[in-house]
Amino acid sequence: MAHIALTEGLPGIRGPMVFSPETTKPLCELVQVLLTGPHSLTPAEREMIATYVSSENDCYYCQHCHGSTAAQHLGGGEKDYEFIAQMKRDFESTALSPKMKALLNIAGKIQKGGKQVTTVDVERARQEGATDKEIHDTVLIAAAFCMFNRYVDGLAAWQPHDPDVYREIGQHTARLGYVGRDYKKPLDAIAAKQGSSVTKVAGS
Amino acid sequence: MAHIQLPERMPGIVGPLAFSPETAKPLLELAEVLLRAPHTLTSAEREMIAAYVSFRNECDFCQLSHSAAAAAHLNGNYDLVEQIKVNPEGAAVSDKLKALLAIAGNVQQGGKQVSAADVAVARERGATDKEIHDTVLIAATFSMYNRYVDGLATWQPREREAYREMGEQLAHQGYTRDRFRETPKAAQS
Repeated sequence: MAHIALTEGLPGIRGPMVFSPETTKPLCELVQVLLTGPHSLTPAEREMIATYVSSENDCYYCQHCHGSTAAQHLGGGEKDYEFIAQMKRDFESTALSPKMKALLNIAGKIQKGGKQVTTVDVERARQEGATDKEIHDTVLIAAAFCMFNRYVDGLAAWQPHDPDVYREIGQHTARLGYVGRDYKKPLDAIAAKQGSSVTKVAGS
Repeated sequence: MAHIQLPERMPGIVGPLAFSPETAKPLLELAEVLLRAPHTLTSAEREMIAAYVSFRNECDFCQLSHSAAAAAHLNGNYDLVEQIKVNPEGAAVSDKLKALLAIAGNVQQGGKQVSAADVAVARERGATDKEIHDTVLIAATFSMYNRYVDGLATWQPREREAYREMGEQLAHQGYTRDRFRETPKAAQS
């Protein structure tokens, strides 16, 4: 059960977002600027940074939402979802560019703490072609997900483990972005199974 | 030296905010809503939560600037702010705020560290859902700002005196005015 009274049936951050519209506005604008829109890093790459940090923070909802969004940006096939799973386990062994690996390394340091990022980490990224803006945005994406992950887990928000829920979220988010969405609207994947999931929540 | 090329003589987060105005806007709006909007917790109490989390994350700029903002809301009572950071249980603040600071300290360690027992204590001492929500989000937000400031290795004055003027401005003029686009007076001398 969540630590505060949140609207039932809304997964992860959506309950707190609906609870507090005045903070939701800047939170959505922040993630919109960071993860969507024109950038020298693709939306898939930026979603992967968000996914990796959320995985390191062990936030189930965030890592699966953003992992699914990244997979959808890559094409949405099974192999894309498998790629994201491999990236979370060991990004150095993936076919990602050396620049992305260097940026994920920085993101992993941020997850542990701001002071963990060394000049060696930044030098590696720069040698692989990363710009100041790419380094800045990597640091801020990683920092922002240290916030989002704590927000979701710190309130013990409901986080279903049904892959269909995250596939639907990823499909919507890859297409629509983060602002101007109706986060109160129930997800089809949850509505379809509401009988069973409600029983599960009540009994847990 | 900072990890990226930032405008000179801008302390802490002020450099990155000037570097990236499109992310600065929501970041500052978030701080304004969380720390200064009308609320059942005073701005001093919310700034103390911010200072406490930043102190625990060892982020000099954030902990000193938000300590100064909290003290400015308290007519210059730095002693209380120092107590909060070092020993919140022994500080001369309400039992409710102590329970909220305990939750904030757990959020700083990680979201899953907040237990139902922590929340029950806060609730017994009169905390509302909104107060618990905002405490969690303030603590989470400063876990972001602290990483942003230290992760880019920004320039951070270490003396408390350098933050007094900034604290007054943050407390009384807020986070969304134009000063973040200019070099602060204190840094020009």
